Amino acid sequence: MTRIELTVDGARVSDDVEPRMLLVHYLREKLGKTGTVIGCDTSNCGACTVHLDGRSVKSCNVLAVQADGAEVTTIEGLAATAGTDGHLHKVQEAFHECHALQCGFCTPGMIMQSVDLLNDNPNPTEEEIRLGIEGNLCRCTGYHNIVRAVQTAAGTGGAQ
Amino acid sequence: MTAVQDSAQETSTTEIGRDRRRKEDQRLITGRTRWTDNITLPGMLHLAMVRSPYAHAKITSIDTSAAQQATNVVAVYTGADLDESAGVLINAWPITPDQKTPNHPPIPADRVTFAGEIVACVVARSAAEARDAAELVDVEYEELPAALDLKEAVAADQSNGVLAHPDLGTNKSAFWKFDSAEAGTGGDVEEAIAKARNDGVLIEREYRQQRLIPAFMEPRSVVVDPTGEQLTMWSATQIPHILRFALAATTGVPESKIRVIAPDVGGGFGGKLQVTPEEWTAWWVARQLGKPVKYTETRSESLMAGHHGRDQWQKLTLAAEKDGTVTGLKVELTADLGSYVSLVGGGVPVLGAFMFNAIYKFPAYQFTCQTVLTNKTWTDAYRGAGRPEATFAIERLMDELANELGVDPLEVREKNWIRHEEFPFTTVAGLEYDSGNYEAATEKAKEHFGYDELRAEQQRRRDSNDPVQLGIGVSTFTEMCGLAPSRVLGSLDYGAGGWEHASVRMLATGKVEVVVGVSPHGQGHETAFSQIVADRLGVPFEDVEILHGDTQISHKGLDTYGSRSLVVGGEALVRAADKVIEKAKPYAAHMLEANPDDIEFQAGRLGVKGTDQSVALTEIATAAFASHDYPEGLEPGIDAEATYDPVNFNFPHGTHLCAVEVDTETGQVKMRKYTCVDDIGNVINPLIVEGQVHGGLVQGIAQALWEEAVHDESGTLVSASFVDYLVPTAADTISFDVDHNSTASLTNTLGTKGVGEAGTIASTPAVVNAVVDALRPFGVHDVQMPCTPERVWKAVHAGDGGGTTEAAAPHFDAATGETGQTDRSAGADDPGAPEEGAGA
Repeated sequence: MTRIELTVDGARVSDDVEPRMLLVHYLREKLGKTGTVIGCDTSNCGACTVHLDGRSVKSCNVLAVQADGAEVTTIEGLAATAGTDGHLHKVQEAFHECHALQCGFCTPGMIMQSVDLLNDNPNPTEEEIRLGIEGNLCRCTGYHNIVRAVQTAAGTGGAQ
Repeated sequence: MTAVQDSAQETSTTEIGRDRRRKEDQRLITGRTRWTDNITLPGMLHLAMVRSPYAHAKITSIDTSAAQQATNVVAVYTGADLDESAGVLINAWPITPDQKTPNHPPIPADRVTFAGEIVACVVARSAAEARDAAELVDVEYEELPAALDLKEAVAADQSNGVLAHPDLGTNKSAFWKFDSAEAGTGGDVEEAIAKARNDGVLIEREYRQQRLIPAFMEPRSVVVDPTGEQLTMWSATQIPHILRFALAATTGVPESKIRVIAPDVGGGFGGKLQVTPEEWTAWWVARQLGKPVKYTETRSESLMAGHHGRDQWQKLTLAAEKDGTVTGLKVELTADLGSYVSLVGGGVPVLGAFMFNAIYKFPAYQFTCQTVLTNKTWTDAYRGAGRPEATFAIERLMDELANELGVDPLEVREKNWIRHEEFPFTTVAGLEYDSGNYEAATEKAKEHFGYDELRAEQQRRRDSNDPVQLGIGVSTFTEMCGLAPSRVLGSLDYGAGGWEHASVRMLATGKVEVVVGVSPHGQGHETAFSQIVADRLGVPFEDVEILHGDTQISHKGLDTYGSRSLVVGGEALVRAADKVIEKAKPYAAHMLEANPDDIEFQAGRLGVKGTDQSVALTEIATAAFASHDYPEGLEPGIDAEATYDPVNFNFPHGTHLCAVEVDTETGQVKMRKYTCVDDIGNVINPLIVEGQVHGGLVQGIAQALWEEAVHDESGTLVSASFVDYLVPTAADTISFDVDHNSTASLTNTLGTKGVGEAGTIASTPAVVNAVVDALRPFGVHDVQMPCTPERVWKAVHAGDGGGTTEAAAPHFDAATGETGQTDRSAGADDPGAPEEGAGA
């Protein structure tokens, strides 16, 4: 067991974890952050995407011990940590407005990745959006409305 | 309660037709969801499965001792431990009385029949410990020959070839036939074919429907809580009600003691229309140990052991006159069931049986299907279930007919389709199409698409020998949806009905609680159904709550599949709401001191005809709650419920046009433009409808271009991860041009048609037609799906005289263990798909 201390969605947490424990399992099983989900076992689907020190990572591809001392933001803390004063983050709002989700399983990861994309590139072209979210799979929407949502968020200053 | 004046028509705007943002979204975009895998119960144990690496093998021994000793392992079970209370997996649709249906235990004791089948189950205090211990289970197998190739399997018998289940003596499960001459719905197809052979056009083709994997994003998960008086199962399922019935019917637990909950379910596409060994195993283990248990599959397990879809060979003969008028269609299917006949199983191709004739006026039609057992993952419904296969076949054939005649693909369709003034139209397959307007949808689609301009560009590229050729694909599809009239299902030997149930509870506080039997998993029922109820009862959209997916709340229903939720479930809802109004009328009359016959309902209020006296429906609900003063002879309350059994299917249709750019030097296919105009009747929520179409399109396009479940020569699924099974990404796809046309369905009050499967059904042939269209100058008349760069490149080079008929091989030849099969030939001289020219 290894002791880790980190900040998750603005709260300081500390736990003893097995060195092999994945960050996504730590979030879900130790912290109850079940908003972050697991969709595959090969780091292809991106459903588990969170922010680690402000950059998107697939939390199935990061060990919990690697997050020691870091700041992690999940879908559950996105709005609060973006300082939206109790409102949704603009990317969340855009996903709702543009009907960019159906079953919603990929949505937390897709939103976290989209926020990261817009942080890097506040005014992406459609092609840049498509390439920027390529690592996140969605089976319901055909991506059409997800692309629109990211464009909408960009147009309204969706980046943090 | 006093009558109030009906002052203003504040609810004059209708909810139906509005692009309401979804009620479901809030929890999904903030991560406050309840997926089955999120559920944790005190003392809960975790399951891990040991799965067979062999497609077909005898289990000679299983040593569980090391696993039993592992840290925090509670129990290890094998098939030999299972008793009768473990139940079996059922087939609800034996398509013929003599269907061969292998016994399907949750864990087999002696023989595994596909790679991925469960052979043992480890129970531990954590999921990680269960998985670690599963590695320690030592299973000895004696490998048996595996029946893998569909064509070889159908030809095998006890003396020749390999049997998937040797005890059955055959791989043939069932043979199902429809013949229009026998059914009295049309002529003799053999006569039509003979005539066309002598003096007409005959198109003979053989197409492959590759095996697909539904690949819903949420892996399947099940939690069972056996504590208390009632056993509860949470499952990531499309079918909580059917699941409950099947558990009761096979495991000996009274149905009344079973509660099944489908909480938030992350997609299904037919893949969660199943009763699974994982559910049955978890159910049994929980009962054995008296403890709550959870099992969540990995993605690899999901791809390997969740049911697959499609997987057919289609032998097709289309007869036509020289002018292109179709005269007959003969369809001979061979369908791969995999190693068991699953819940709907062999019924999937039968769902397509009535759709091959599509929108065309064939005077003669024959359909046969041989379902076949093999040692591969069992197959069942995948988005469209039978109808995409049918649509692919006929839309590919119509393009081939057009090519044969040298006319535009739309011209030959228009010549043969049912004209809008001919509805209702009884087809050669015996269905009555209630409504449609193929001309209007096509005209609109052509305009949106810029059809003529793109044809001109195509010609320019052909003329200039552009290495990147443009292909234009057409699909003028229809489908039958809204499963299904119970009597029809009965006539087809399906094991259940096709009705649906809804109830409307008028709460004392003016809110409306609606319980539906359908069970959404991403479709947006909570929003669309709220819109319907808001309009029907004249209450605010926000005041309606839709409850579903829990058999304790929703006691009656047949769940969600087959584009049935709105057209069948929505109709039940409308009828329940109308009953509320009828029940409220005597209350209103009592409150307004009027004659019940004089009460009329409008915009949420019940008033006395010809007066300004009225009372709100919600006020009546409050009065009925108190019941201090209500009409003699009535029971208190105005809640109502309705069970609706549809009288007919309904028939969405549409025209899909696809342009692709095909790089003839690399074989790369790039989507250029996709336009569709679907006619799905009246639209409740255009935003949701468009979303359904977008997602459906990409799944259909993915079948055409990318996805295939591939097995190696030993029967191992080699596309068993998202590395190898190519679910498209955002970078693979384009934005779509989606519009709709509305001819109201006559089969339900709201005039709606199903939309959940339309995009998937229509798009696959549109894309393949486009690819083939691009390659016509190279003599190519088919490319097997998925049209990978390798296949396309080989097709180009087989057609130029340098190739052979083994061109366009699959990206894994071992899929069938054969090379050079007829379907894979792409050249014009393909001997397996003879093409007979017009006339003598």
